[in-house]
Amino acid sequence: MVVAVLLWMIFAVWPEWLKDAIGRKKIFLNALFNGVTLGGLYFLVASGFTLIFGLMRNVNLAHGSLYLLGGYIGYSVSNATGSWLLAFPVAFITVGAIGILLQFFVFRRMEGEDLRQTLVTIGISIVMADLMLWYWGGDFYNITPPGWLSGPIETFFVTGLSRSTGDPIFLKYPVVRLVILAAAIVIGVAMWLLLNRTQIGMLIRAGVDDRDMLSATGARIQWVFVGVFAFGAGLAGLAGVVGGTFQTVAPGEDIRFLLASLVVVIVGGMGSITGAAIGAIIIGCAEQFGSVYFPTYAVVLTFLIMVVVLAFRPQGLMGRA
Amino acid sequence: MSVVEHANGSSEFVVDGRLETAWYERIPVAYWVVAALLLIMPAIASGFVLNQIFGWSFVLGMIALSLMFLGGYGGMVSLAQLTIAAVAGYMVAIFGVSSIDAVSLGWPWWVAVPLALIIAVLFGTAIGALAVRTEGIYTIMITLAIASAFFYFTRQNYVVFNGFSGFNGVFPPKLFGVDWRADIPFYYLSLFFATLAYLAVLYLSRAPFGLALQGVRDNPRRMAALGFNVNAHRVAAHAFAAFIAGIGGILLTWQSSQISPGTAGTGPVIDILVIAVIGGLGRPIGPFIGAIVYVVLKTFAIDILTSLGLSGDRFQLLVGISFLLIVFFSPDGLLGLWDKWRAGRGRDPLTGANTVEGS
Repeated sequence: MVVAVLLWMIFAVWPEWLKDAIGRKKIFLNALFNGVTLGGLYFLVASGFTLIFGLMRNVNLAHGSLYLLGGYIGYSVSNATGSWLLAFPVAFITVGAIGILLQFFVFRRMEGEDLRQTLVTIGISIVMADLMLWYWGGDFYNITPPGWLSGPIETFFVTGLSRSTGDPIFLKYPVVRLVILAAAIVIGVAMWLLLNRTQIGMLIRAGVDDRDMLSATGARIQWVFVGVFAFGAGLAGLAGVVGGTFQTVAPGEDIRFLLASLVVVIVGGMGSITGAAIGAIIIGCAEQFGSVYFPTYAVVLTFLIMVVVLAFRPQGLMGRA
Repeated sequence: MSVVEHANGSSEFVVDGRLETAWYERIPVAYWVVAALLLIMPAIASGFVLNQIFGWSFVLGMIALSLMFLGGYGGMVSLAQLTIAAVAGYMVAIFGVSSIDAVSLGWPWWVAVPLALIIAVLFGTAIGALAVRTEGIYTIMITLAIASAFFYFTRQNYVVFNGFSGFNGVFPPKLFGVDWRADIPFYYLSLFFATLAYLAVLYLSRAPFGLALQGVRDNPRRMAALGFNVNAHRVAAHAFAAFIAGIGGILLTWQSSQISPGTAGTGPVIDILVIAVIGGLGRPIGPFIGAIVYVVLKTFAIDILTSLGLSGDRFQLLVGISFLLIVFFSPDGLLGLWDKWRAGRGRDPLTGANTVEGS
């Protein structure tokens, strides 16, 4: 029912009364698109966070710093080489390598001490934030996508009928956002396949369910940990480049995205990739619709969603009790 | 009644066969020394040190103490304590007098202050009710989310919270004809409330409620089986902590005479946790030690950093690294290091037996 109404609202030409009630369709569609693409970005950040938590019970509060570092590295690389695409692998590998170092030198030494790990990650995020501020300064950076990706594209979504001719007007939307959304979906599906259809995925899922038993069966669990941490951190770095392309790279973004991933995984359920996807879309849309329709209280809307979910399903929408 | 003389000089009265010491003799000498030092401090220190170092440390220490109470005795690390403090500060500004006449109601302090505390406690209780639905690290995440939601909300809301600039000109009442914002009166004011909060936490930690709370921390399932209402204890702990944080928040507002969203931004919220952890979450004195270390570091960071050849902007780096080192090497903070040192000193180097009494 809700889906049907939503589909109708997306595809149909809006009648006058609806336009009077909630404004023009173009605004609605734009908010929806922005929400979904923002959700794609949130998903990239939060999926690494939730994967690391699910396997290692480690709340990595330095995740936002990894995101921001990825953004800065992406900016420097694309600025130096002029290649936007090159920024992605470099950011992924560099931040992933930092993830390996963290896992190797920090988290492995305090396995099972949740609170201490969390505190250490807070310390790391403070130190990293200041080091990045030192090196890159407090300026706002923007990673420019290549020419073939910039500018808007005409989609097949009707926003309304032309006053003079009666022809339908189609929504124009930035290509780069659509490409990034597609990339997020591809990464999400690939992750799902990796987790559910491969040997490595089996190891990780077994590790999520019962870590001790898995290591008792002879699996090299430390290697699985290192791998997952590197991948999760790398994803955060990748997301940093994405975020730097359609938003900005600046000090303070680390906290913003850390909070976004916190809320996303609280809503979606800890340790669940599907949950992260659902949570990311809900939060992304809530933020965008909130900022369009009631700008003052956009943040409160996000927060309210979190409270409602906590009140009725403390383990999150897709989380297991 | 006979008097038994001990080797260390303290005397005990034997009443009906029981040993009783005078109450003042049961308090260790160190406490008397510290208390005396703190009381005569205004004679030694300058106004800047009294207000900016000690006054600020006491206030931050109280807010961190409320976190320590929740974290140390209840096992719930809440990052929303500074937010609760800010709520109390905001309420004093809104109900009481400030420069923002359009919003402030201008009620007398004896209405505004209790009302602010009540609202802060209600707010803290609501956060507690929400947070106890989760456990351990989830509590940290949810309270962090609440704290930042409050920050963004106050920054965008102009009707009640006056948005980005917040309130200024919030002064303490001129009770007994004293300007409580002046250096020495504020020193004693904050010292008084900090001591009160410290003693209250100390008392509560040994009262039945505190013991039950520590039981809940160690084994919630067993406490539930014994008939204790686990969640009620946790929520009550949040309410009590909110009261302490609320007093701290009002003092914080009075000291700087302003309150704005930045007071409880994400950075300061995490700083409170840093303070509590640096000092040590194990005992109520920890947060105050942590607060003094933090405030001294913050005040003299520029001097320290320039002497090391770095620019003065790297204060966060200094705090972050000291925090990391302490968490890495001593989970119990500076108090843990102190305990280790004492235990190490008392150990017989040959047999390893501990010779220091009571440790």
